[in-house]
Amino acid sequence: MDLYQEEILEHYHNPQNSGRLNNPTHERCANNPTCGDKICTTIVVENNIIKDIKFEGEGCAISQASTSMVTDEIKGKSVEEVLQISRDDIIELLGIEIGIGRIKCALLGIETIQKALEFGKIKE
Amino acid sequence: MNIAKIKQDYDIFVRDDTLVYLDSCATSLTPRPVVAKILEYYNSYNANVARGAYRNSTKATREYELSRKSVANFIYADSSDEIVFTSGTTASLNTIAYGLLNSIKKTHNIVTTAMEHHANFVPWQQLSIKTGAEFRVAPIEKDGTINIDKLLGNIDENTKILALTFVSNVLGTINPIAEIIQKVRKKNPNTLVIIDAAQAVSHLLVDVQKLDCDYLAFSMHKLFGPTGVGILYGKKEKLELLEPLFTGGEMIEEVTDTCTTFREVPQKLEAGTPNIAGVTASREAIDYINSFLFREIRMHEKELMQYCIDSFQKEFGNALKIYGPKDINKRSGAISFTFKNHHPHDIATILDDKMNIAIRAGQHCAMPLHTDVLGVNATARVSFSVYNEKKDIDKLIEGLKEVEKILL
Repeated sequence: MDLYQEEILEHYHNPQNSGRLNNPTHERCANNPTCGDKICTTIVVENNIIKDIKFEGEGCAISQASTSMVTDEIKGKSVEEVLQISRDDIIELLGIEIGIGRIKCALLGIETIQKALEFGKIKE
Repeated sequence: MNIAKIKQDYDIFVRDDTLVYLDSCATSLTPRPVVAKILEYYNSYNANVARGAYRNSTKATREYELSRKSVANFIYADSSDEIVFTSGTTASLNTIAYGLLNSIKKTHNIVTTAMEHHANFVPWQQLSIKTGAEFRVAPIEKDGTINIDKLLGNIDENTKILALTFVSNVLGTINPIAEIIQKVRKKNPNTLVIIDAAQAVSHLLVDVQKLDCDYLAFSMHKLFGPTGVGILYGKKEKLELLEPLFTGGEMIEEVTDTCTTFREVPQKLEAGTPNIAGVTASREAIDYINSFLFREIRMHEKELMQYCIDSFQKEFGNALKIYGPKDINKRSGAISFTFKNHHPHDIATILDDKMNIAIRAGQHCAMPLHTDVLGVNATARVSFSVYNEKKDIDKLIEGLKEVEKILL
């Protein structure tokens, strides 16, 4: 199946939740050293629920679209739910078959978000 | 060169004649005689080398050593004893770096350039961290060439090592190695000069005696040979300087409970059972490249580079940016580029999906070059070999138009 489906390209050209939150409770940046893609995310967690999330970064269509879709998906979910999102969940969300050469691109967003929630708590 | 005929040497093209392979800098395709030679070893004289007292082992050892001779002749080494078989360029360079560990003092310095592949950068950086020696990275010019004066400015009486690439795997720049070595020798005759020839050997005639380098490393898989075979050349007395990175079987003379005497070089640096099939087939690979003249390989690749650069310019103008020297006389078979703001990984995936074109995308194992010098996160790279033709570039252009259509 074609990697560059309409929905993916739509998210790539018009990413959801792009930018930086003013008062995040969690933040984290991560990069993919093989291609130089970079994503920074800021998150507001309230009562263990993802209240708001934004991301900024540069990278390929797959990494940007995947991150855009994930940020939409996780709003309102609990921290534990987000930490349990797996590689297969992301592939399902993207709705494309993705080869071993590009899977890292698809996972960069969720990995960054999970790291932010686990290790990126901002001290008051 | 008759490309249609050359392509018949490769089963991969016989199976799939739509394949456009533009990633020979990563690994070259493997012609049939080389594959056949690998099978011949396993099917006809499968035995370990340098130990068995039976005919198959004698035959395997003979084939293995014939390859050593063939490699020595190929790079004009003084004798076969100056050729060590390793697993690849990375292993060759690390064998030198670790082999010199106890020869480097805190007061020394190690010089390399911003143009290097990680394989010729990280081992020296790590060696300097381990020894306390200063690590100096000579800058390169905006056009992707080395400024010899600036490089020499880094060489002083304490420079123990200069590690330099012959041809850049990203920019394609051909460095004037012979001239550089001559000037370095004048400034400090004790500097050990190490040349990474991985990208040079399939494009240019490499003559180690003319170059006067102390060590030189390359991989057979970029030279139509099998993966898993690397060459470490060293002047005999310079190979003897190296302490073995690995110790064990096949490299010893006598072992007691308390001490071991090693064999002479090159065996001293070849511990364990080597890649016998791969080394044996390497001779076929050298015979294969020797069936061409380097002058015609070079002419062919210059023609393709010029055609590619002209086609890029004509079709995409400033939307496509080429990195590295503009003068194709200073450039070997690689062209790295960025195309509008499309990410190189997207370009590579779409070219593969839509057109069956294989190119490289990313930082090509040269992170300092990308981030510090080129100022981009990643580039796309096409590279050429004897089986490429202008038609491949026409398809590439068509593919890039497809990329534009999809990514807008």
